[in-house]
Formats: sequence, structure tokens, C-alpha cells
Amino acid sequence: MRRTPLYEAHVRLGAKMVDFGGWQMPVSYPAGILQEHHATRTAVGVFDVCHMGEVHFRGLGAAATVQRLVTNDVARLENGRAFYTVACLPSGGIVDDLIVYRLAADHYVAVVNASNSDKDFAWFREHGGQDCDIRDASAETGLIAYQGPAAAKTLQPLTNVPLESLRPFSFATDAKVGGLAAWIARTGYTGEDGFEIFCASTDAPAIWDRLIAAAGAVGGKAVGLGARDTLRLEARLPLYGNDLDDKTTPLEAGLGWVVKLDGDDFIGRDALRLQAAAGLTRKLTGFVMTERGTARHGYAIFDEDGAAAGTVTSGGPAPTLNQNVGLGYVPGRLDIPGTKLSVDCRGKRVNAEVVKGPFYKRANKGQS
Amino acid sequence: MSAQYPDDLFYTKDHEWARIEDRDGAKFATIGVTRYAVEQLGDVTQVDLPKEGEQVKQAEVFGSVESVKAVSDLFAPVTGKVVKVNSPLSDSPEYVNEDPYDEGWMIQVAVTNAKELDGLLSADAYQAFLREQGE
Repeated sequence: MRRTPLYEAHVRLGAKMVDFGGWQMPVSYPAGILQEHHATRTAVGVFDVCHMGEVHFRGLGAAATVQRLVTNDVARLENGRAFYTVACLPSGGIVDDLIVYRLAADHYVAVVNASNSDKDFAWFREHGGQDCDIRDASAETGLIAYQGPAAAKTLQPLTNVPLESLRPFSFATDAKVGGLAAWIARTGYTGEDGFEIFCASTDAPAIWDRLIAAAGAVGGKAVGLGARDTLRLEARLPLYGNDLDDKTTPLEAGLGWVVKLDGDDFIGRDALRLQAAAGLTRKLTGFVMTERGTARHGYAIFDEDGAAAGTVTSGGPAPTLNQNVGLGYVPGRLDIPGTKLSVDCRGKRVNAEVVKGPFYKRANKGQS
Repeated sequence: MSAQYPDDLFYTKDHEWARIEDRDGAKFATIGVTRYAVEQLGDVTQVDLPKEGEQVKQAEVFGSVESVKAVSDLFAPVTGKVVKVNSPLSDSPEYVNEDPYDEGWMIQVAVTNAKELDGLLSADAYQAFLREQGE
């Protein structure tokens, strides 16, 4: 079982540790998932995401290699900017979802899911082009997410980077946090404003302690994987292994906005073009439970007439909304707001209704 | 805050407790889940319980608890008819976390067979069981 450099910090904070894709990770701290969730929505949450993978692409062929591997348009990425994207199989099925950061014309970094990082690295190496060195820097890279409406205000005193100049999906590589070298990116996975701080894994404990103290001063908290999941679900951000996998395509998953079918070629483009032309037979659809009941991953979904319609990929409470929500793949004809569905919650059909867009959207988007 | 495992309760290996009272020569069991169960569950978001008048059977499922992460079955410590249900849990499931032995009680059952109580664990035996499980 692997441990992040913050393992001792979690134990000190009294975290409940669980096995997550071969990593010992905090699922929650003594405050509990709901309080951690609310702290992130109202103040700031501090997340250990050191387990995520960081893959560097370097060399004259770096841009061409990254473009071959991801569906988004690498040519439009400027230095200091990042985008969300997916990597696909030739079938269009998703290898992983990831964020690609451009440091320079000959240097890109992909941040990938922890549970996929070995698979991704092998896939990238297998399909990398010429003049591109591909290196897995996951072990020596620490990553801490600092997310919430008070993130900018409370991080600013710890860093030299003027955070107001850092737009969403921008990053600074010449940053210091608490005097230690770091990159600061305005990215995250919670639906809030916030930052992801990359550092040497050996510096991660010191930076973590500074961030915990800064967060604590405004009612913020360390947040475990439990609330990370409820936060991302409320914001309707898909989770690989639940909502995305190698049998689903980005078009079905509602990620068409990161797929540039008319741009440069990438693995899976032909299959995705065919799928786009033929029309989608199923779509990842969001729903709220309109009766008492909690949809969970794997539960069956039915249409209004009681016919089988699909399967829940993610589901559970949306603590900010005080509702139970879910995602699942259903025929496209049902993916219309207001459509009535039901979910088999342990033998009981519970009514639900299709909704569009994020379940939770923060009131003041700030910069965009 | 109530004790971790009050001495006056009976316990099951499924982490339920029962508080036994004698009324008019009959035995009644008030039933809930233990502190250990609550710590394992995390924040409870929904409790599904039988209705008054329904029968529950020892060691069989009588309801379920949804926490943020998962759903868990509830197993009846004794057989009997449900005479009371803690209906406030439907709006305030957090009572289960905050006070599992008092405000977080779930159902009260008129005990059909008092002999079943012999098979339940004392507070000491339950804690010994938890230690055996490595908890």
C-alpha cells in the first residue's frame, strides 16, 4: 500500500484512512464528511492529492505527442495555461481524464488520476511520438488542493504570486508558498474557486501545515476523499471509474466541449467522428431524487413507463442542496430536463427527475 | 455525551443495541446502533425503519441506514412487534451520529420470546468482540 508524503499529517489530524486505488488516503477527518463539505463551500478545504500522477512531456515533439494523446486542441494552449481533456482509445473509449499544463512550447505536464497513473504512463509511452521524452514525476511531486471562496484571500499572504492575476486554468511556476518553491494553478475539482499547489514531495508536509493553519483561521478544514466526492458530484464533475471508463466515450459523457473533432488528429478521433455523425444512443444524465431515497453507483434506472433505462454511475447526497442526486447513462431521448425517471433503491422504485447542468453552481463565479 | 458502550444495554455482533424494559409483565426492547457502528458509518443522511405494528425477526433486516458514502442494513436484536418508531429521525438523521443511545434510538419492539435475550452480548462481551475484530 502506498502512502503520500502527508500520511503522518493525516494520522496526526485523526483521519480515518482507507485504501484508494492502492493508496492509503484519508476518507474523512474527525469533523466528518458533511462538515468538510460545508467548510469547502463556505470557507476553504485543504485536500491531499499527492497520489495523483504527474507526467512530463519534454522536447521538440512534445506538443505533437500530447496532441496525439488527448482530444482537446493543444495548439490553442499558451504558456502558463492549462485545459481539461481526456485521452481516448482508438475506439473512443476513455483511457483517463486529465489536465494538461503548458510550461513551454517544448514542455507539457499532464496530471492524471492516481488509480490510472501506471496505465496512463504506459499508454503515453507506447503512443508517444519522436523527440519527446516522457517521464513519470509522480513520486517526487507533491500536490495539494486549496479550494473554496476564502482560498485566494487566505493563500495570498503565503505566496509571492499576485493571485488576482491568476485566471482560472492559469498557473505560475515561479511561486513560493511559505517560502518553499511551488507551482500554483487556479484549478480544482470542487466547483469552487481555488488552487492546486505543486511542490517537491519532500516539501509537501511543510506546505500542508501552512495551508491547514491558514484555512483554520477562517473556519476551513482538511478534507478527505469522502467530501471530495460529494463536492465533485454536486458540481457534476465526472469521476473516472464511475462516470467514465474505457467503454464510455467523451461524447456520451457530455464532454464534447473538450473534444475537437475538426482539429489535429488524435487517437480515437475517427471513432468519435463516426459516433457524432451517427448520433448518441446514450448520454450521461443528471437527476435529482424527487422522493425519499438515495441512488448509488450500480443501481438500475427506469423510464417513466418502468422500462429499464440505464445504470447509476454516481449517486448520493448533495449536502449543499439538501437533496439526493445522481448521474447515469440513459437513452438520449430521456436526457431532457423534467423527464421523470425512477431508480431501484434496494428493491424500491424511487422517483427522480432529469436536471441539466451542475447540481450546484457557486453564486459568484469571480474571474473567468 | 453518553458512554461509549453503556452497561445497561445488550449488544449484537451486527452492532445494534437493545435496552430492555419490563412493563405490565411484558418485555419491550428499544433498539439502535452502537457508537462503533456510527463511527464506521460516518454522517448518517437517511434512516429507513419499519412502521408501527410490523413484525421484526431476530437477526433479520428491519431497516437501513444511509450515510454519505454507503447504505447499511439494520438487523433486529430480538423478534417482536414494532410498538414505537423514532419518527424524528426521518427529518433529523444526524441524531444517530450525535446521540446513538438516546435521541438516536430507532424502534421499540414488544419482545415475543424473552429467551432470545440470552443470546445477546453484555457491554463487556461486545467490547471484547470489537477487540477480537481488531478494533
